[in-house]
Amino acid sequence: MWTTYLILGFHGLVHVLVALLLPPLLLGIIHKTKALAAGRVGPPLLQVYYDLARLIRKDAVLSRTTTWVFLAGPVAGVAVSLVAALLVPFGGWRAPLSFTGDLVLFAYLLAMGRFLTILSALDTGSAFEGMGAAREASFSTFAEPALFLGLAALVRFSGHLSLGPMLAEAGKGWGAAGGPLILVLAAWTLVLLVETCRIPFDDPNTHLELTMIHEVMVLDHSGPPFALVTYGAGVKLFVLAALVVRLWLPTTAYGALNWLLFFGAMALVGMLIGGIESVMARLKLVRIPQFLAAATLAATFGFFLLLLKPVQG
Amino acid sequence: MLALALFLSAFALAGLSGLPGLLRPRGGARLQVGLLGAATLAGAGCVALIFLGRGPGLVETPWSLPHAALAFAFDPIAAWFLAPLLVVPPLLAHYGRAYWPDEAHPESARRLRLYLGLTAAAMLLLPLAANVILFLMAWEAMALLGFLMMVCEDRDEAVRRAGWIYLGAAHLGTLCLFAGFALMAGATGSFTLQTLPVGFAASPRGTATFVLLLLGFGLKAGLVPLHLWLPVAHPAAPSHVSALLSGLMLKMGVLGLVRFLALVPDPPLAWGAVLLVAGAASAVSGILQATGQRDIKRLLAFSSIENLGIIALGLGLAVVGRAIHRADVLALGLAGALLHVWNHALFKTMLFLAAGAVAHGAGTRDMEHLGGLAKRMPYTAAIVVLGAAAICGLPPLNGFVSEWFVYLAAFRALGPRGWSWAVLAVVALALVGGLAVAAFAKLIGTVFLGEPRSVAAERAPEAGAPMRQAMGVLAGLCVLLGLAPVAVSPLLDRVVRAFGPADAEPLRRLAGLWPLGLAALILLLLALLAWTRLRGMRSAPAPTWDCGYVAPTSRMQYTGASFTAIIQDTLQWAVRPEALRQRIRGLFPKPVGYEERVPEPVLERVVLPLSRGMAWIAGRVRVLQGGQVSVYLLYVAITLIALLVWTLA
Repeated sequence: MWTTYLILGFHGLVHVLVALLLPPLLLGIIHKTKALAAGRVGPPLLQVYYDLARLIRKDAVLSRTTTWVFLAGPVAGVAVSLVAALLVPFGGWRAPLSFTGDLVLFAYLLAMGRFLTILSALDTGSAFEGMGAAREASFSTFAEPALFLGLAALVRFSGHLSLGPMLAEAGKGWGAAGGPLILVLAAWTLVLLVETCRIPFDDPNTHLELTMIHEVMVLDHSGPPFALVTYGAGVKLFVLAALVVRLWLPTTAYGALNWLLFFGAMALVGMLIGGIESVMARLKLVRIPQFLAAATLAATFGFFLLLLKPVQG
Repeated sequence: MLALALFLSAFALAGLSGLPGLLRPRGGARLQVGLLGAATLAGAGCVALIFLGRGPGLVETPWSLPHAALAFAFDPIAAWFLAPLLVVPPLLAHYGRAYWPDEAHPESARRLRLYLGLTAAAMLLLPLAANVILFLMAWEAMALLGFLMMVCEDRDEAVRRAGWIYLGAAHLGTLCLFAGFALMAGATGSFTLQTLPVGFAASPRGTATFVLLLLGFGLKAGLVPLHLWLPVAHPAAPSHVSALLSGLMLKMGVLGLVRFLALVPDPPLAWGAVLLVAGAASAVSGILQATGQRDIKRLLAFSSIENLGIIALGLGLAVVGRAIHRADVLALGLAGALLHVWNHALFKTMLFLAAGAVAHGAGTRDMEHLGGLAKRMPYTAAIVVLGAAAICGLPPLNGFVSEWFVYLAAFRALGPRGWSWAVLAVVALALVGGLAVAAFAKLIGTVFLGEPRSVAAERAPEAGAPMRQAMGVLAGLCVLLGLAPVAVSPLLDRVVRAFGPADAEPLRRLAGLWPLGLAALILLLLALLAWTRLRGMRSAPAPTWDCGYVAPTSRMQYTGASFTAIIQDTLQWAVRPEALRQRIRGLFPKPVGYEERVPEPVLERVVLPLSRGMAWIAGRVRVLQGGQVSVYLLYVAITLIALLVWTLA
């Protein structure tokens, strides 16, 4: 009895520590991959940690046009990402907060963060932030159906309504239902790239405000709020990457081996994102809704293909 | 009997609450708040008794009217729909003290208070009415009083037109209800609401009953394509009347549907599918139209259509659940629809009251002439941010919980022995979530954030104390319902058991309510932690970084229309905006203009051409009525001869 609670507590602690401490490392892997692909040495892997520490020590500069809504954006970004991290299983153990219906909570937590980030961007009264906010609001509208159709397909396949058991069943089901699951994986990879504002939907390295989406929404943040923004974006990337990874990563019987596989897969996803950013340019803005419609179609086909399969659970 | 006495006293107190104000103008408003508050307490006692299981059930007294009886059904469905009717009217009366005072509106303020009390009383009758005639009388009274409240200040042509459109739609609905209820009474043999015989639902008469009642209640509830009157009527009324219309009156249509569906033991799957499709269409088209509006109250009216669509989605899933014998789908769908009734009553009322505060302070409802109001009206701005987060269904507020139930009902229906077309509900809700965030971010960003776009916006005062207090109470209820959904789940269980199978599983086993509350709490704590840290940091003020341009004007900001331009352009095959553009000609051109508007598709492309066609036909038929008495006598003679031939043959 006691030992079960102790083990559960230990699992929860490891999960929380991984969620709190590792996201900047994932960002570091992406930056390093891009640098190496471009023939440079690039920043150290721990550079984002140094950046966050530097930003926290600074004073902030707040625009006179802004109100309390301006600071609510960074706060919400971090809070919702951390709570979403509690819902997704990482290394093959149960997620700390796993219950019936947590898949919907996951999607809507991200929506809450997006809502307050958009409001904090509009609070500055600047045309640049307004543009970024308008783009963010529109593109995530087109991406939501793809995410939910993928969830519907997985619910149909696994018969579970909680992210952990659902993803575990999906990880085991590639033999039986590989085709539909590849479509769901493709749709969710595109959703990952659009939600975290990566190439081909947004360029995190551009210097031109008119071509930015996420970067321009946080243009007026500085110091500690900007540190929260960067950290929150990192946690969101980590959580969505973990969701995509758990869709295909198999679980073995050994806990340590599972964690090793998980870290390896996350590093692989980081290198993949860095690779995509190195070989592709951002799409023309008018093509982005079409790309997202393609993602939605992929998820729809995945769902309908699963309707033809016998259901387990 | 205690419950009956409490209800009758609540009814009497509410109905007479406006009367003292007619006789004693000063202090009449405060007296009304007090009387409505007393009615709320009495009604709350009645509701508590019903939920505790001490209600008297069906109480019936014969009446002198033919087929009519004073029949009251004190069951959990009635109690659930009574609750918002008790909470909202005293807050509206309190709000009206500052928003529509006697000094500013000498002719209409007293009349409006009288009508408000009478409407509250008429609506209190509806959930409990178990006799068709009593129900229809209360329904008609509610509709007429709504019209009277809407046109109480009718100097404006737009207000008068809105009143006529509302009255026309309401009476069309009542006609359909008369027909539908007559068919239903024919099947059960009595005018008291009782369970319909098995097999009636599948018969042609049953289908006709369903269609007529769906038309009638759908017209009141604003389901697409019966929603045309809503965006015209709701913005034209004073804001607290709009709040009553959107928050409470639309729900009476839902009440009618729930009461009817509770009496059908074996609905066909097609009924559930029709409700589901109507709900999905309402939700998506409502919020899509809302993203294109620049009038604050029109945006909120379209958002009401969207939320009623979500309620219809839940009801459709409940009927589907009953048809395929899945008690979990039924329970979750019904719970989602009912909880959304409460939630929408709370946050839509709050948003309309805030819109009234903005219109009252800044003098305009057009968001393109506002801006920066968060500095002048910080309390109202905070209320609107909270209300917008709630209406978009964002955790940890109450809107999320009801949408969550509907999602879970749809997801559960995807499994084996289910109905795979429920995925339509999932897609509709996902689209609606994204569009709602866009629409309300547009509202808040254009009205409250940034720099003021007009002199009126620069000088807008904060809302008066009664207005702030009314909005604050509703905001507190939204937060409470969001953080502790477990508190209402036993009540929802009772209503589900009254509607469907008596042995339905409790909601906390079908959905993780306790962990949801825990997640909401953790979210709030983390946010609070980060917030206090940020508040303690050192900061320096500066102008907005506009790429180094330090003299930005308010015209450089994004407007509301440009914010939603990407959505409107991408979906222009659905939205079809109309643009009036004049060409620039010549070397020294005259000033030209550009105007773009989003027409209401059903109204302008279906109904108006149809009515023009009917008017043309009527113009042709008019030839028959030349005005000569001899021709009319000839018509009479021909008709008599034809009837004689027909009866004799």
